[in-house]
Amino acid sequence: MDKTINITLKVWRQRGPKEAGKFETYKLNNVSTDSSFLEMLDILNEQLVNEDKEPVVFDNDCREGICGMCSLYINGHPHGPDSEITTCQLHMRRFKDGDTITIEPWRSAGFPVIRDLMVDRTAYDKIIQAGGYISVNAGGAQDANAIPIPKRDADLAMDAASCIGCGACVAACKNGSAMLFVSAKVSQLALLPQGKVEAARRAKAMLAKMDELGFGNCTNTGACEAECPKGVSITNIARLNREFISAKLKD
Amino acid sequence: MWLKDSSIGRKLLMSISGLFLVLFLTFHLSMNVVAIFSEEGYNMICEFLGANWYAVVGTLVLVAGFLLHIAYAFYLTFQNRKARGNDRYAVTARPKGVAWASQNMLVLGIIVVLGLALHAYQFWAKMQLVELQHMAGAEVCTKYAADGVYYMKEYFTNPIFLVLYLVWFGALWFHLTHGFWSAIQTIGWNNLVWLKRWKAISNVYATIICAGFAVVALWFAFVA
Repeated sequence: MDKTINITLKVWRQRGPKEAGKFETYKLNNVSTDSSFLEMLDILNEQLVNEDKEPVVFDNDCREGICGMCSLYINGHPHGPDSEITTCQLHMRRFKDGDTITIEPWRSAGFPVIRDLMVDRTAYDKIIQAGGYISVNAGGAQDANAIPIPKRDADLAMDAASCIGCGACVAACKNGSAMLFVSAKVSQLALLPQGKVEAARRAKAMLAKMDELGFGNCTNTGACEAECPKGVSITNIARLNREFISAKLKD
Repeated sequence: MWLKDSSIGRKLLMSISGLFLVLFLTFHLSMNVVAIFSEEGYNMICEFLGANWYAVVGTLVLVAGFLLHIAYAFYLTFQNRKARGNDRYAVTARPKGVAWASQNMLVLGIIVVLGLALHAYQFWAKMQLVELQHMAGAEVCTKYAADGVYYMKEYFTNPIFLVLYLVWFGALWFHLTHGFWSAIQTIGWNNLVWLKRWKAISNVYATIICAGFAVVALWFAFVA
């Protein structure tokens, strides 16, 4: 038998980037504990549409924790109270009957609210465009074993590359700093031989873009790592600092 | 200049000035501990430092380090609050693994500065400053200018000042537990193995420093 719960939702509603937002309270009854958090929001929206009200706008896409689109700040935690999962992987069995759940958008100057719970994360794309790539001549791909890479480096690069760019690090950071994201994107390339060629230029360009877009200064609280759905380590931030400082000292 | 124009550069200034102040605390503690073993020895150090040129230069460098660290603390906090946006979260929770001190460094720093003001008024203004005034030809009493033990006995036997100093050391402890390893992390000397080690070293070092200062204060309050 399905277990169901009755919950109260406090949802941030904001019509546009320039308009003031406020919380609206909704009651939702008989929510299956087997449903995912986003399915619960779908049910809420269906209820709102049936009442001739505007549905709540929120980002989502793959709903299996790999695309990085979902982005809700639930009860004081980006991606909700569970660790190392995205919002779409959060399930209603994590909540109790009668709970009040507060849902907010990412709040950061770098991520302005588009509407309700949806924020504009193109800042991350701009940071990637500034240097989060390697330049190679197109042509037939060479044999994968042609460039030997130590297992340790390969693993560290892969761990950094698990970042899905959802923005939870910025949302969790009291300083609105994007350092965990930038450091993961710098690290995944800086650790590998193919990425080392442009490492200095990349670290400088991506950090300059991050600063320009109005993200804050990292104070090493570690909130980003704790809330990251992929568990990306803040030791990547140390690597970014290292790459950036040595690049600047060589100038 | 990248040191002031980039976020990592600004953090590096905080980190280096912070490590410099940690070094200063180490020297200061080593001198204080002498007072427990030999009051004459401690006053000899006071005499040796006094208003000699090297002590004055040292003080000026120290003040510069403090001012840089404090000015950037406010500047960075201002920038960080701006980066946070206008709307605040209605519900916030401190995630597991995030130290309380790390999120309250400015407040802790302000408490440390207030304690420092009291300390400078009670000791520096009556010792080095008096000697400087004396050298400048002012009419000042220099009887206790190199008698640090006299002032320690006078202030630490006063329960109000003793408690204020202990609160000060407590705030300093919290500030150092985050500040030390954070400074290392900002320089980039960190990895998965050393992250835990640096945090442990920070805790041990902050405890040695603050407990050391507290022991000297308590010694003069109750034993000497």
